[in-house]
Amino acid sequence: MTEIIWYGRGGQGAFTAAKLLGAAYALKGDSCYSIAFPSFGPERRGAPVRAFTKLDSKPILDRSETEKVDYIVILDETLYSDSLKNLLKPDGRIIVNTKHEINDEVYSFDGSSISNSLHLPTVNTVMLGAVSEISGIVTIENLNHAIESYMPERIQDKNKKAIDAVKEEFR
Amino acid sequence: MAKKFLSGDEAFAEGVRLAKPQVISAYPITPQTIVVERLSEMVEDGSLKSEFIHVESEHSALSCAIGASAVGARAFTATSSQGLLYMAECLTYAAGGRFPIVMMNANRSTALPWNIYGDQRDSVSQLDSGWIQVYAENAQEGLDLALMSYYIAEHKDVSTPLMVNLDGFILTHTYETVDVPTQEQADAFLPAYETENKLDIDVPKNLAFSAGPEHNYIFKYKEHQALLRAKSIIAEAEKKFAEIFGRQYGGLLETYLTDDADYILITLGSIAGLCREIADYLRSEGKKVGVVRLRYIRPFPTEELAAAVKNAKVVGILEKDISFGNEGTIFTNVNSSLFRSGINIPAYNFIGGLGGKNISHEDISEIFDRIENGTEPVNFIGIEASEK
Repeated sequence: MTEIIWYGRGGQGAFTAAKLLGAAYALKGDSCYSIAFPSFGPERRGAPVRAFTKLDSKPILDRSETEKVDYIVILDETLYSDSLKNLLKPDGRIIVNTKHEINDEVYSFDGSSISNSLHLPTVNTVMLGAVSEISGIVTIENLNHAIESYMPERIQDKNKKAIDAVKEEFR
Repeated sequence: MAKKFLSGDEAFAEGVRLAKPQVISAYPITPQTIVVERLSEMVEDGSLKSEFIHVESEHSALSCAIGASAVGARAFTATSSQGLLYMAECLTYAAGGRFPIVMMNANRSTALPWNIYGDQRDSVSQLDSGWIQVYAENAQEGLDLALMSYYIAEHKDVSTPLMVNLDGFILTHTYETVDVPTQEQADAFLPAYETENKLDIDVPKNLAFSAGPEHNYIFKYKEHQALLRAKSIIAEAEKKFAEIFGRQYGGLLETYLTDDADYILITLGSIAGLCREIADYLRSEGKKVGVVRLRYIRPFPTEELAAAVKNAKVVGILEKDISFGNEGTIFTNVNSSLFRSGINIPAYNFIGGLGGKNISHEDISEIFDRIENGTEPVNFIGIEASEK
């Protein structure tokens, strides 16, 4: 099973990203199963929030809290701390939206520059694109398919452009 | 059928849309979940032709559904936690009036301390209200139960309200892939609601009346018999459901690896999946373990449970509920059933998940270990000695 934790602040779309990744993976084919869930409990705008995606080749029966993960994706760099690496599986990676190099263990990716250039209010789909490029879990096509299926129509184009821009960045 | 990536709430709302209730009444404030938000959107966009009534409380939500059912309408409401408790007075009105309302309950903790996370104390506390109670394991089962519930509740031999329970957050807020049937399939499965138990100007009658001691107990006897009759209607509904939708459920309960199991863990709701996964692992180590998932707990599957555990040496009961000063209520019900069935084996109670506390792999492994090696009659899992 591949497990991903998303860190963001309420309103940044961490859960939307978790959900789109789950949907994109499920769209790959019949033996692709996924679940996505927010951190349980009440949430407030601006407060730190977490969201989770679990992906597997068989139906996911384990709905317990995620303990060790393959990827940690951080939408707001102020939520990064060195102790997060304790949550990683042996080959796990941390991906942070930041303009700075944090350290050698962390994949720093300047997602905000891309979302700003497209006048997108959130960086979630940009970071989703980055996860796709870095992990290969899903393709950009899978993500576009998920956006078309599960995002409101009026914001689909902008978000698909964001994914394309990430693809260019990694070229 | 269309595959969609939906939360348990959204999947359930899709099931309700397919069942086409004529009246939906709901109080939309916490601890309500988004199932009613989705339904109000469906009514707004015209994809569900239903009267959506916003009421001022859960007590009114169910009262309103009773009123709708009393004129022969198919009615739906949803609630959770304190909302269900606030409805409690109306629960027995709906059951005693034999109004086959379907209600989704998001299983959430009850105050105090205030908490909106998942546990099953809300619905389990209402077992004696006369409602059929069923517990889903995943979002697909939730959607399917929305349809099957109306079939069962409205059947003329049952005519009893039905509460479908989905674990709060773990099912209600978790997204997964769900097959959404077509309206044609749903229509082929679920007939329109027909009843004589309604206010009808052409056939005047009195409903929801008083009855003195000489008659009252007969009504209660009949209410009880209707719930027992529901057992065969549940089987009938699932058979027809499987024929049309190709998904088969196990009736009142589902068994996993129980045939030759010495140690069986009995549970309900969404935690059953993890229990089966751990059972698989323990089987690979040569341990003869199995799992029973109770689906319906009213009517209680007494005979089915006895058949499932008759060869076991020990059983454990894991539940997200406690009857303070006694034990878990599911444990009480299981023990009573086994005693009635002449099965005299040790049974241990494991209370977990209260107030949303995570139940981990290690917790389930430890439960199986304690079932095999013996433990206290009633055990709170995941609590440290220093916290006692």
